[in-house]
Amino acid sequence: MPLVRVRDVSRIFANGVQALGGASLDIEAGEFLSVLGPSGCGKSTLLRLIAGLAEPSAGTIEWPQGRPDLGFVFQEPTLMPWTTALANVALPLKLRGVSGSEREARAAEALAGVGLKGFEKSYPRELSGGMKMRVSIARALVTAPKLLLMDEPFAALDEITRRRLNTDLLELWQRTHFTAVFVTHSVFESVFLSQRIVVMSPRPGRVRSELAIPAPYPRSEAFGTSADYAALCRLTSAQLSEAMAA
Amino acid sequence: MSARIVAPFLTGVLLLALWEGLVRAMAIPPYILPGPLLVAKTLISDWGTLWPALLVTLRITLEALLAAVVVGILLALLFSLSRWIELSLFPYAIILQVTPIVAIAPLIIAWVDDVNVSLLICAWLVAFFPILSNTVLGLRSVDRNLLDLFGLYGSSRWRMLVDLRLPAALPYFLGGLRISGGLALIGAVVAEFVAGSGGRESGLAYRILESGYQLKIPRMFAALVLISATGIAIYLLLSLLSHLLLRRWHESALAENG
Repeated sequence: MPLVRVRDVSRIFANGVQALGGASLDIEAGEFLSVLGPSGCGKSTLLRLIAGLAEPSAGTIEWPQGRPDLGFVFQEPTLMPWTTALANVALPLKLRGVSGSEREARAAEALAGVGLKGFEKSYPRELSGGMKMRVSIARALVTAPKLLLMDEPFAALDEITRRRLNTDLLELWQRTHFTAVFVTHSVFESVFLSQRIVVMSPRPGRVRSELAIPAPYPRSEAFGTSADYAALCRLTSAQLSEAMAA
Repeated sequence: MSARIVAPFLTGVLLLALWEGLVRAMAIPPYILPGPLLVAKTLISDWGTLWPALLVTLRITLEALLAAVVVGILLALLFSLSRWIELSLFPYAIILQVTPIVAIAPLIIAWVDDVNVSLLICAWLVAFFPILSNTVLGLRSVDRNLLDLFGLYGSSRWRMLVDLRLPAALPYFLGGLRISGGLALIGAVVAEFVAGSGGRESGLAYRILESGYQLKIPRMFAALVLISATGIAIYLLLSLLSHLLLRRWHESALAENG
């Protein structure tokens, strides 16, 4: 029984642009799934529909195990600049009515979990791009959600920062056992991170193919330079080209 | 001391010296143009008349600014709650703003019995618009993703207002407040001129009028100096307030630190 069952979902914007044209997809509990596709193929839209931030124009999104608590990470860090890292991370708990002392403790724990112990009192302005993204991930994880939705979270970061965040994200996933859905347009990133990749066609987006990435975890930097990794990237790349041509 | 302070200071000293020199060299009588030294002397000797007048003008200015803040914020909140209210009322706020205060001040003074209240209304009319329009802009300039995030966690409209919209609007509001501070003073002075009320309870503008009638031109200049100094003080105080509130997070305050 999947966690999420997406069936023939379409989404047409008010200006008449059709972002999604009947996408279907199952998400299994506990897996790390990447949604790979070209820019503008509607993969961000798909994520927003799953999060309930928008309604599908047609099709259904079902939750056979009940709708779980979920976290969302945007393309930008999307932090409140007027308050500290700790208060930013504590926000979801505050909105849920968790008491002050408890939410501070849990937010501090979440910050430590993304490697930002000691930065509780820093303002977003004082943090680097990578650190801001870490705060954003800590905020999404502070409610201990069953499902973490990420919308190209590392796309704006430099290569070195992105690699470190990829490794740390995998480590968090293994430690915390959430279900991860990771939207990206990077073949390399999707192969490095996921157990399964769904490849989407250009707009109006639909799922064209999917492939499993059987490499074991933990995946280190060594995996990223292995022949296996290169072969999987080639395979995924070919699937993406096929989806683009179709 | 940086060049930013030294340069305008030296320019000021130079101009004052030139002014004093010209007045003496050409033997200009003080009822045409008093020299800066005489103005300073008058400021001290007439302090007993000028100080109470300054307090009157200052009181009207501050009360008008306070009223502008309260009404500006309340209206802005109302506008952000309902598009219909905004569409219905905003044009009239603009009409109030673009009508010259000198033109409507006589009407207001004629309609309202209490002179103090009519002066207050005039100064408020001039001061409230920048706060209203800036706060409306600020309440709308909220990061859409942050709004989504609040929605995702089931935030109430109240929490969204207190924790998201109001802090996001704060820099805009403070920008409007800085403009309104100066405008409230101008409004108060203009209204005093139009009212031209004498007696014990009159402000600086009336002292200027009175000095003009009596050809006490040095006192007129001294009153002018006081009004300018008050305007500058209000601006500096509001800038300081803005800096203190925004220095940890907003670009505008950070840029000033260099």
